[in-house]
Amino acid sequence: MATSVRARPDGSPPPAAPPSSPGPRGHRSPGGLRSTLYRWDIKAIPYVFVAPFFLTFAAFGLFPLIYTGWLSLHRVELGGDPTWKGLENYTDLATSEFFWNALFNTFTIGVIATVPQLLMALGLAHLLNYKLRGRGFFRVAILAPYATSIAAATLVFAQLFNTDYGMINGVLGWVGIDPVNWESSKWPAQIAISVIVTWRWTGYNALIYLAAMQAVPQDLYEAASLDGASRWRQFISVTIPSIRPTILFTIVVSTIGATQLFGEPMLFGGSVGISGGSGNQFQTLSLLMYEKGWVTGALGQASAIAWVMLLLLLLVGGIQALVSRHNRKKLGG
Amino acid sequence: MAQTLDRSPAGSGIPAAAPAAARPGRRFRQTAGRQHHAGPLTYVLLIGAAFVSLFPLYWNVVAASHSGERVVEAPAPLLPGNRLLDNLSFAWNQVDMGEALINTTVVASLVAVSTVLFSTLAGFAFAKLPFRGRGMMLSLVVATMTIPPQLSVIPLYQIITDLGWFDQLQSVVLPSLVAAFGVFFMRQFLVEALPMELVEAARMDGAHSLRIIWHVVFPVARPAMAVLGMLVFVQAWNDFFWPFIALTPDGNPTLQVALAGLGAGNHTVDHAVVLTGALISTVPLLLVFAFLGKHIVGGITAGAVKS
Repeated sequence: MATSVRARPDGSPPPAAPPSSPGPRGHRSPGGLRSTLYRWDIKAIPYVFVAPFFLTFAAFGLFPLIYTGWLSLHRVELGGDPTWKGLENYTDLATSEFFWNALFNTFTIGVIATVPQLLMALGLAHLLNYKLRGRGFFRVAILAPYATSIAAATLVFAQLFNTDYGMINGVLGWVGIDPVNWESSKWPAQIAISVIVTWRWTGYNALIYLAAMQAVPQDLYEAASLDGASRWRQFISVTIPSIRPTILFTIVVSTIGATQLFGEPMLFGGSVGISGGSGNQFQTLSLLMYEKGWVTGALGQASAIAWVMLLLLLLVGGIQALVSRHNRKKLGG
Repeated sequence: MAQTLDRSPAGSGIPAAAPAAARPGRRFRQTAGRQHHAGPLTYVLLIGAAFVSLFPLYWNVVAASHSGERVVEAPAPLLPGNRLLDNLSFAWNQVDMGEALINTTVVASLVAVSTVLFSTLAGFAFAKLPFRGRGMMLSLVVATMTIPPQLSVIPLYQIITDLGWFDQLQSVVLPSLVAAFGVFFMRQFLVEALPMELVEAARMDGAHSLRIIWHVVFPVARPAMAVLGMLVFVQAWNDFFWPFIALTPDGNPTLQVALAGLGAGNHTVDHAVVLTGALISTVPLLLVFAFLGKHIVGGITAGAVKS
């Protein structure tokens, strides 16, 4: 920027400046100011751009996370001052049958909800990968449950699963099965809750698998065909191994979701939802945490449950890391 | 499943005679010749899956159009009744689903707009701008995605109570202003979609960063921003756990909180009204899906496959 000509040492105005040209801008040379701004722009702007995320996370994610950890070492009542308890909240959990019941329920509901869900999603994705009439319709139709909320889906299914007048017992009656007590028996209730989860997420996962399947190189299938592999054989030996990272991704995401199950069991249980049914038969860790924190008012114990959930998820993450490293080794070696 | 359907090889459902040039580029093409035609069994299974997916939604409409007494009678109604308008006006006036609908629209729109904006800025920085600590910070963003909301709700509840924000919409909006998923999603998109030359050329012309954002990044990122906006909107619309703690059904509820209030606790539950409320909360999103379904499908798969 060759503007320094105008800035004369004696301060006299530049002779015969054309009226259209911009006048002198203060004492500093405009070039200096602009390049300072420019350098500041280049250096600082990346931090300005990422700042909203980190500020929001610090205020509403990190600070509460650490504070929850601190609370978990204290006795805290709603509105009261915390008193130090050490690890007692955790040792209390270890001897609490409610905790182990909730942990076990979270695990069983998670397995019943996740395993069939992902298997059906794989099958659906395979079907959608054929040349189809109405593929757009099928894709949108199986994704429609994703558009419903936990609350809306659960309230609808609570009616369908009603023991006395629900349609599901009606249909079971046609094939000669006695009415199932979906809410107050343990396994039927856990199955019903898992059905709600499965209904909402199967189509979503199927579309994720479909996208991964469409990225599998075609020559793999051609080679398999030449070797005389059947369709089924190709699905097992080509498709599944090729989309393994995607499958792993959905397993992790579904596991994280299942660990946090809250709305489905709570609303399915109606007036006894918070305790997970009259005999806690479908109380999950999240529900137990809510009950401890907001019904009993023991925020320290609730915080300890929250931290146990984090440890569980770290465990899941660790297993996932091990499995993917193992996979990479197998592929590389 | 060997089958031959009378179809054009393109498999697009359009007669082979139609000139390809009439649909330049925009028509979705089959990418690979390996895809075999679907047989009758495939259609039977897919129609079954579509039925299972759609039936509860259909039945929701049916139940919302009957009286509360009829909904709890066996056998359950299968065809729509004539009480839909009555139930709607009751849910609208007595239970105030209308206010919940407005609250939810406000919350979901604010969260979507702000998440898209901030995620695009941060995603651009992570994708294209050199700065110290970039790799470490990006890993941090990804790592935060696995932290469950349960870990923050107890202190958050205390914070919003202290600030006097309990039952105020800002307590739901502020923690969701930007999301790790969004930052990562935009970063993945911009790494590939935005050529470095474009950014450098703009810099050579003396454009400052905000100009570059406005004239280079936003136009390139627009498709991804639209997809992210829809995904975040759907998520914010349906969010339950934190709103259920921060808001009350009788104060400033979102639809999900209002629904929870309708469904639980109340001794004289009119199930038809409850299901009318469920319908009110679902229909707006279903309309969005009906019109933008293909784009949402594309967005979900794009977001998942890249991560």
